[in-house]
Amino acid sequence: MTATTVDTAGHGAAPRTVAPVTWKAVIGLGVVLALYALLLLLAPHEGSARFALSTSTDFVVLSTIVVPAMATAWVCGVVGLVVVGLAVLRTRARRPVPVWAVALFAAALLVGFLAWAAAGSPRDLSVVGLLGGAVGLAVPLVYGALGGVIGERAGVVNIAIEGQLLAGAFVAAIVGSLTNSPWAGLVAAVLASALVALVLGLFTITYRVNQVIVGVVLNVLVIGLTSFFYSELLVPNAETLNTTVRFERLPIPLLERIPIIGPVLFNQTIVVYLMFVAVAAVWFALFRTRWGLRVRAVGEHPKAADTVGIDVLRARYRAVLIGGAVVGFGGAFYTVVSINQFGREMTAGAGFIALAAVIFGKWDPLRAALAGLLFGFATNLQNVLSVVGSPVPSQFMLMLPYLVTLFAVAGLVGKSRAPAASGTAYTKE
Amino acid sequence: MRLELRGITKRFGALVANDHIDLVVEPGEIHCLLGENGAGKSTLMNVLYGLYQADEGQILLDDEVQRFDGPGDAMTAGIGMVHQHFMLVPVFSVAENVMLGHESTRTAGVLDLDSARAKVEEISARFGFQVDPDALVEDLPVGVQQRVEIIKALSRDADVLVFDEPTAVLTPQETDELMGIMRQLRDEGAAIVFITHKLREVRAVADRITVVRHGKVVGEASPTATDAELASLMVGRAVELTVRKEAPRATENELAVSDLRVTGPDGQVLVDDVSFTVRGGEVLVVAGVQGNGQTELTEALVGLQDTVTGSVRLDGQELVGRSVRRILDAGVGFVPEDRTEDGLVGEFTIAENLVLDRTDGPPFVRRGALQLAVRDEFAREKVAEFDVRTQGIETRVGRLSGGNQQKVVLARELSRELRLLVAAQPTRGVDVGSIEFIHKRIVETRDTGIPVVVVSTELDEAVALADRIMVMYRGRVVGIVPADTPRDVLGLMMAGIAPEDAPGTGPENEGDAA
Repeated sequence: MTATTVDTAGHGAAPRTVAPVTWKAVIGLGVVLALYALLLLLAPHEGSARFALSTSTDFVVLSTIVVPAMATAWVCGVVGLVVVGLAVLRTRARRPVPVWAVALFAAALLVGFLAWAAAGSPRDLSVVGLLGGAVGLAVPLVYGALGGVIGERAGVVNIAIEGQLLAGAFVAAIVGSLTNSPWAGLVAAVLASALVALVLGLFTITYRVNQVIVGVVLNVLVIGLTSFFYSELLVPNAETLNTTVRFERLPIPLLERIPIIGPVLFNQTIVVYLMFVAVAAVWFALFRTRWGLRVRAVGEHPKAADTVGIDVLRARYRAVLIGGAVVGFGGAFYTVVSINQFGREMTAGAGFIALAAVIFGKWDPLRAALAGLLFGFATNLQNVLSVVGSPVPSQFMLMLPYLVTLFAVAGLVGKSRAPAASGTAYTKE
Repeated sequence: MRLELRGITKRFGALVANDHIDLVVEPGEIHCLLGENGAGKSTLMNVLYGLYQADEGQILLDDEVQRFDGPGDAMTAGIGMVHQHFMLVPVFSVAENVMLGHESTRTAGVLDLDSARAKVEEISARFGFQVDPDALVEDLPVGVQQRVEIIKALSRDADVLVFDEPTAVLTPQETDELMGIMRQLRDEGAAIVFITHKLREVRAVADRITVVRHGKVVGEASPTATDAELASLMVGRAVELTVRKEAPRATENELAVSDLRVTGPDGQVLVDDVSFTVRGGEVLVVAGVQGNGQTELTEALVGLQDTVTGSVRLDGQELVGRSVRRILDAGVGFVPEDRTEDGLVGEFTIAENLVLDRTDGPPFVRRGALQLAVRDEFAREKVAEFDVRTQGIETRVGRLSGGNQQKVVLARELSRELRLLVAAQPTRGVDVGSIEFIHKRIVETRDTGIPVVVVSTELDEAVALADRIMVMYRGRVVGIVPADTPRDVLGLMMAGIAPEDAPGTGPENEGDAA
């Protein structure tokens, strides 16, 4: 769906470019809007939707908002239509559709969908629950994505995020149970994940095996090992080996009582607070320090780095190990934060969604973290709607996070450029 | 600092790339290392720079034996290198590239970009460069990128500077400027090694010349030596530097290209409304600095580009929009720019490569089965005719030298009934002996009365082969001029300056150059 015309700026010396007209954004938005309208038409859902905004401890208790469901849904649909119209105009003018317009579109349709889904339910739809749960579910995704970003920036594609998360969760469960200390579990998870990263590094950096293949094999290996030891070791000895003490929530005084934001952001465990610190720290380290400059150099042009005396292989090993350690925090989340025991294949593909977040985030720690939050939100939406009693079959709702991932990565990424040497082993000639 | 190489020997398996090479470079001199492609110049410099470990021999700086385990060691010792393929990270800024590897930092490893910027500006001022420290390298023209490479080497206080084939990507004017920079560096006391195979540049700038052939030093020459003397020393026998050809005899055949435009994936116009005609029996050389749309132009002629508008008519038949197969069937022969990538299958034998484009029917394929006897007989005949130096037709093409590989490509393309020959960079990376042969065959092809289009970035080759020269700059045609146009005019054209009052752009060419 691309067509070209020429900008007739005359024959100066500069090379011309012809802006390609791409209707991808318009088509994407239009299809989503059409599906939305179809849903409202075919399955109207009368009644009123109740959104609860506050928890009882807030400074100001906001009252529950009650809106007529179908009217709200249609108004939101009209907002979406306006955005589509804007997108058509922008595309015609050969200009990109602005990000805020896409965000507005998504927000409008989301509110409309929630109103439709919650209509007539006797229970309030808790906005705090929706957002707070999203942050929780996003934790492994964000840590996974950060680890992935570090690896790929150094030129090593980390398909093994899933295996690293799972290994971290498994080891954290055992060590956490044996020591009764969530901190010990956390440290053990970081080490376990780094160990998987070390194997990844050994095969991809030293032995130059295809990075994708090694990553996939490592995932299968970790799933196999943890499943085996789970049923042979953890199930018979659940009391001693698979019952951890979880991290307590650490509410931050005063801040936690701000309506909506307070309970969502400032009443979490230390692992969540560390996540926000980690996002900022990884960004700073990659773009403002010597270590980061060298990591990016070996990921973009390893030969150039080599010719200025940088040990490419060592730089890559270090980045892969650090990335693995970061993923370990996400692994620990499963067994010493979220629940208090390990379950077979409990990461359930989170590592792959984290990988998608790396790409959707254009290999940037901040964007990748935001992508992780978005995917976490999609997962939690499904949970919340099943509590409210949504008319959508639960099997369809289970697909939601993956659909969002697919749409986000395929449709909205736009032009992005991976580190040039990502995925290729480095050899001196 | 005085650089001395003693008995450097480097082997790759059975191949001896450097055979007991001795070389002395004094401070304050430009020492030229002259040799053909594949003579072992770059290998020697990679040994010097610590990228390769020598099997035998020593590197001495100011009479002290050095041991380099990697480029880091060589740089610390004061050796700087301006690489043929720039060793710059395209998405980094100039300052970041210059500081990479010896970053100055504040506390906790935080980069001190300000001092790197200051360094870039200080060195730029010394040499009169216009380089913005915060510009991204990928946005800079190649000439400026090369200056960043020079700044990079100088920022580490290099006393020995190696320039590895630095002029390949430059216009003649930029080349002159580079020579000026090298002289200035020499006058400041640097020891400079200048690696090249271009005789003109050697004589312009060298204080001493060492000639290398087949991995051995074969002699020294004085900068006052003639081209013919240098060439024969380089090749090992007398070489004919000019291409012998008669005046063109125009025929009825014609390649007419009009308003040809090729657009890249990001919408950039790579070939910008190019129009020209080549008559049968005429060689049109497309000249210009590498990367100004010549590659895309030739690929468009053969149907290898996706978004092409305009018209290419060969003897009246429209070629745009046809598949590559149908364009080849229309009688187009194509020598691609990168023979190892696009011209040959390295793991296939000579015989297999010679029939790569003929596998759709007789005589080489009957009822879906390869006719091996026919193929082998054909291959033996072509190997003899094109003087491919090989042990046999079963030799894998990847193991041949560049010149012999190119002869295989040429043999395949010229063995069909041709109505147009398109040859992109036909002599790049080819030894002088093979160059003579390839030039001869191209002229012979012209004399059969078909149009010939040759792309060349080497001005000498363009002038030698061409009946007319078309210069491209940034995808556009700067002008089409006769082959006897003065070099400086051609040089300016390669920098995008049209020859408005230059001689030779008579009325007969105006239509073409529009």
